[in-house]
Amino acid sequence: MATKIIPPAFITKAEEIYDKSYDPKVARGLLRFLKPYYGRTLGALVLMIIVTAAAVSGPYFVKLAIDNGITARNPTALRNSMLAYLAVSIVQLGFNYWRVRIMSRVGQHILYDVRTAMFAHLQKLSLSFYNRYSVGRVITRVLNDVGTLREFVTWAVLAIVRNLLGILGVVVAMLALDFKLSLLTFAVLPFMVWATLAFRKLARKNYRKVRSAISWANSVLAENVNGVRVVQAFSRQNHNYKNFSEYINRYFLETSLDAVWVASLFTPVVDVLGALATALVVYIGGTAVLGESITAGVLIAFVLYIDRFFEPIRDLSRRFDTLQSTMAGGERILELLDTPIEVQDADQAVEMSPILGAVRFENVAFHYSDDPTLVLDQINLEVQPGEVIALVGETGAGKTTIVKLLTRFHDPTAGCVRVDGVDVRTVTQRSLRRQMGMVLQDSFLFNGSVKDNILFGKLNATDAEVVAAAKAVGAHDFIVNLKNGYETSVEEGGATLSVGQRQLISFARALLADPRILILDEATSSVDTQTEHAIQKALGKLLEGRTSFVIAHRLSTITNANQIVVIDGGRIVEHGRHAELLNLRGRYYELYKTGFQE
Amino acid sequence: MKNLIRISAFLKPYTRQVILTLLTLLALTGLNLLVPRIIQSVVDLGLTAGDTAYLIRAALILLGVGLLSAVLGVWNRYLSEWVAARVGYDLRNRMYDHIQYLPFTYHDHAQSGQLISRCIEDVRAIEKFAGSSIAELVRFVFLSLGILAMMFSVNVRLALIALLPMIPLIWMTASFGTKIGKLFFDVDQAVGEVSNRLQENVTGVQVVRAFAQEEYEIKRFEAANQDVFIKWIYVIDEWAKIMPTSNWFTTLGTILILFFGGQMAIDGVLTVGTVVAFNAYILMMAEPAQALTGLVNAGGEAAAGAQRVFEILDTEPAIRSGQAALNGSTLNGAVEFKNISLKYQDERKASLSKINLQVQPNQVVALIGATGSGKTSLVNLIPRFYDVTDGALLVDGNDVRALDLTSLRRQIGIVLQTSLLFSDTIKANIAYGRPDASDAEIFAAAKAAQAHEFITGFTHGYETIVGERGVTLSGGQRQRVAIARALLMNPRILILDDSLSSVDTQTEQLIQAALDTLMEGRTTFVIAHRLSTVRRADLILVMDKGQIVEQGAHEELLAKNGLYKEIHDLQLTQSGAFVEERQNYEKIPLEKPAHENTMLVRKSNSG
Repeated sequence: MATKIIPPAFITKAEEIYDKSYDPKVARGLLRFLKPYYGRTLGALVLMIIVTAAAVSGPYFVKLAIDNGITARNPTALRNSMLAYLAVSIVQLGFNYWRVRIMSRVGQHILYDVRTAMFAHLQKLSLSFYNRYSVGRVITRVLNDVGTLREFVTWAVLAIVRNLLGILGVVVAMLALDFKLSLLTFAVLPFMVWATLAFRKLARKNYRKVRSAISWANSVLAENVNGVRVVQAFSRQNHNYKNFSEYINRYFLETSLDAVWVASLFTPVVDVLGALATALVVYIGGTAVLGESITAGVLIAFVLYIDRFFEPIRDLSRRFDTLQSTMAGGERILELLDTPIEVQDADQAVEMSPILGAVRFENVAFHYSDDPTLVLDQINLEVQPGEVIALVGETGAGKTTIVKLLTRFHDPTAGCVRVDGVDVRTVTQRSLRRQMGMVLQDSFLFNGSVKDNILFGKLNATDAEVVAAAKAVGAHDFIVNLKNGYETSVEEGGATLSVGQRQLISFARALLADPRILILDEATSSVDTQTEHAIQKALGKLLEGRTSFVIAHRLSTITNANQIVVIDGGRIVEHGRHAELLNLRGRYYELYKTGFQE
Repeated sequence: MKNLIRISAFLKPYTRQVILTLLTLLALTGLNLLVPRIIQSVVDLGLTAGDTAYLIRAALILLGVGLLSAVLGVWNRYLSEWVAARVGYDLRNRMYDHIQYLPFTYHDHAQSGQLISRCIEDVRAIEKFAGSSIAELVRFVFLSLGILAMMFSVNVRLALIALLPMIPLIWMTASFGTKIGKLFFDVDQAVGEVSNRLQENVTGVQVVRAFAQEEYEIKRFEAANQDVFIKWIYVIDEWAKIMPTSNWFTTLGTILILFFGGQMAIDGVLTVGTVVAFNAYILMMAEPAQALTGLVNAGGEAAAGAQRVFEILDTEPAIRSGQAALNGSTLNGAVEFKNISLKYQDERKASLSKINLQVQPNQVVALIGATGSGKTSLVNLIPRFYDVTDGALLVDGNDVRALDLTSLRRQIGIVLQTSLLFSDTIKANIAYGRPDASDAEIFAAAKAAQAHEFITGFTHGYETIVGERGVTLSGGQRQRVAIARALLMNPRILILDDSLSSVDTQTEQLIQAALDTLMEGRTTFVIAHRLSTVRRADLILVMDKGQIVEQGAHEELLAKNGLYKEIHDLQLTQSGAFVEERQNYEKIPLEKPAHENTMLVRKSNSG
């Protein structure tokens, strides 16, 4: 029945990596989240022991009823044994209720803690982490992987302990009732263990394939949905459908069927072993009853116990699947939580005093931690307060990296960056960035109102301040014309506003923050001429009295800069004022010429 | 419920397997019901009558029943899961194909993540329900009926007593089912909010950092997280109530049977074996009754999943292909806009109004205007990504709505604003519209789009994998691959939607040069901001607020002194200083300055 379809390597590899069985390191890592709740867990455990004891005593009361009550024709004994059973069952009911409540609450507390810990860690991880991890992957970690953890803490752990306790209880009860019959029942056990292990091995292989199938289908679907406009523009529907139904979805079907086949074999095999045990007990136990070495009640209690003996074993094997997926999820959670924070506040970090705006790059070099190729090399810059510095160069030359070092999104691998003579690594990131403003190429707006988005620069600003900021950058006019003015809600990514409008809002946001150092990262590309004109006017206002770093493709933005820095291959190749650089007839001159050629 | 019934329509092709499943289930239930009777006879006949031979026979029968039900059990389980897997396969195929045909208007509002989770998660929930849960439900019904029959045939009074605790048990399960559905919905909502917070913070991470608002965001996340916690607690409290209680009702059944049945046995009305058998039946019934809780859960999930699945499948692809096939015949490339208006679904204002325009074959039409003025809307009408609200769009004199969609789109090459590539080789990406294209054709297209050089620069050349798991291409490189992809179609109509804005000026020039030759002999629509691109067009359309406010050639429009002139002047003033300056520099003889090769790098210490 094995399929011949083979999913691409990146899918199968990912699954192999996470094909984990029990891993003590991961378990220990996860255990640290249980620590605050040890007391409650212990309480639940005690409750569970009581509940199990009560549950195991059930068949014994049945035995009492039959032997002392019915067979002995003693109505009082019958009534007493049943009243005792009722009392025990009510105790079991109450304790069980509290056990479930306490333990599930602990589980939820842990999940809450894990999610918060992950989010807080995400807020500290350096930006290079986000270059490696796609949005989808991060969200999967925090939601889905924590979700499997939920299964684990709320059900699996408890169920495993409960089942083990249950088996132990039944074994003790059986041995107490009759030694010979007990051994007879246990004789089936080795087969049971063997069958379970054999099936587990098969099942594991199959489930891995099923998971591959799911992630394959997921990735193919994701691409097709995201690229649906291209699909339609190129009329690829038939071709894609054939590919999906004959390979990806077919693989999904075949792997599911393989897994199902193994799973359908397992339960009946366990049942046969159960039937075998029952048959043995009926024959040998029955003969013993006839020989009057045991009572009929003992025999019946045994038949009942056999059921309770096999049920937890069956359940355990199911739980191990959960345990396995938890190990994989847990490992991924820990991997994220243990990702070192590359940019951290130094131990003796102090608050950055109010910035005047002098900036110095001293022989700065930078490469990413996972790639030794230098992205920046020998960068030396000296900027006076209030100057405008334009960074010019081709895509990938290193312009953005320079400003990321200034804002400490990354730390240089050599040299140092100073603001007002202070090495930025010696001050807290918060106090540094509070005094810097940034407008990015893709002006990101959050869900919320226009006002909320402007307020993001300074949460405690008054309405008047917000309006003033919007007016200053020329955004006020279009905002008041929106359906609900400043209260108009902005969809994620700002879908309801035009690119230019979004850009103006992010200017207002930056202005409200009143930064001492301002960074504009290609803030005006992909904007039409009229909007660009409006933005240019706003820019004048924004740059006033601040040290500014401007990155732009369009050279018109930068001709008036105090310093123009031409970057190529991570190095400064030309540096000076506009006229000086033109005189060089070098790189800048080339860029300049092509930039305006008509 | 309605949706679950609709799902059952998907079972139709597998009627034979479904019937077989039911038959094996029936046989299985029968065998299950036999076991307590065997034990009963062991107690009453074997033990009481002291018949050893009977004990052996009973043991062998028990074993036989066990083996037989194992064989049946394997088949029953496999068959039902097989049917479910097939239904899942069919559903996924249907969804996948349907989504491909849903129009742009749908995808404009749909969230891609949700569409994907519907195809995978929701279909799996349905599969699970169709496979194990329905079988479980049917088994419960069969078993209950069988047990009722057995009990009532033996002793009506004891049967009534034994079943007494079953009534609150079933009632509780049912009410749990109705309550839990809503509680789970609340949990989903809360998780959705956490997911939103995450999504925003991950995509907007730079903004959060730049404004040092991490603590504020953590607080907001904690609030959402707290809500998830609370909503789960509500669910858990219900569980904590139902699980131990349903257990207890079963125990109560045992107690009642033993007490009253025991009395009857003492009085000689019943045998001990009957009491034992009754107890076994109650235990047997309790198991599926408790599983009913899980079943209700699974049913709720499947119903919700089915509803979402049908929401997609019921969305009519608003744009349906016309009948008139264009196969074989090539378009001339004449495009006519006849009094066209376009209003998107939930927009108040029309995006295009009263557009009238005739484009001759092989003309180059440039569109210029502010963001949101309707340029993209206008060109999107040609390949019928959207249908006009009013008026008609004619290609070679035919209303596009009457044309076969595939054959129309095959003759239109389009480069979209954001050039999306698929995670595949560069070659496969270029050949996306024509998977059968030869290597020579692919190379030619890449060369024409100025992409060949950088592609062959990669170690694996055209076999280089791009996209999320491959090499990351720069915006300009992606754009050129997208242009090659469009060119390979050898389209009669070429649409370039602002394809050059994310490219640096040097690359733009390269592409521009390539495009000039490519536009020859095709009707071309170009959306652009830079006048350098626009001015060479045969016809320039100036768009404003959904209307064509000016049209004509460059010189004509300048003479009109309108919006075009305004944009033109704006671009000139922005580069005005430069123009003057450049003229000056052109005048300077190109002698090399003395310090030609010394870079004017100011050393940082030199001040």
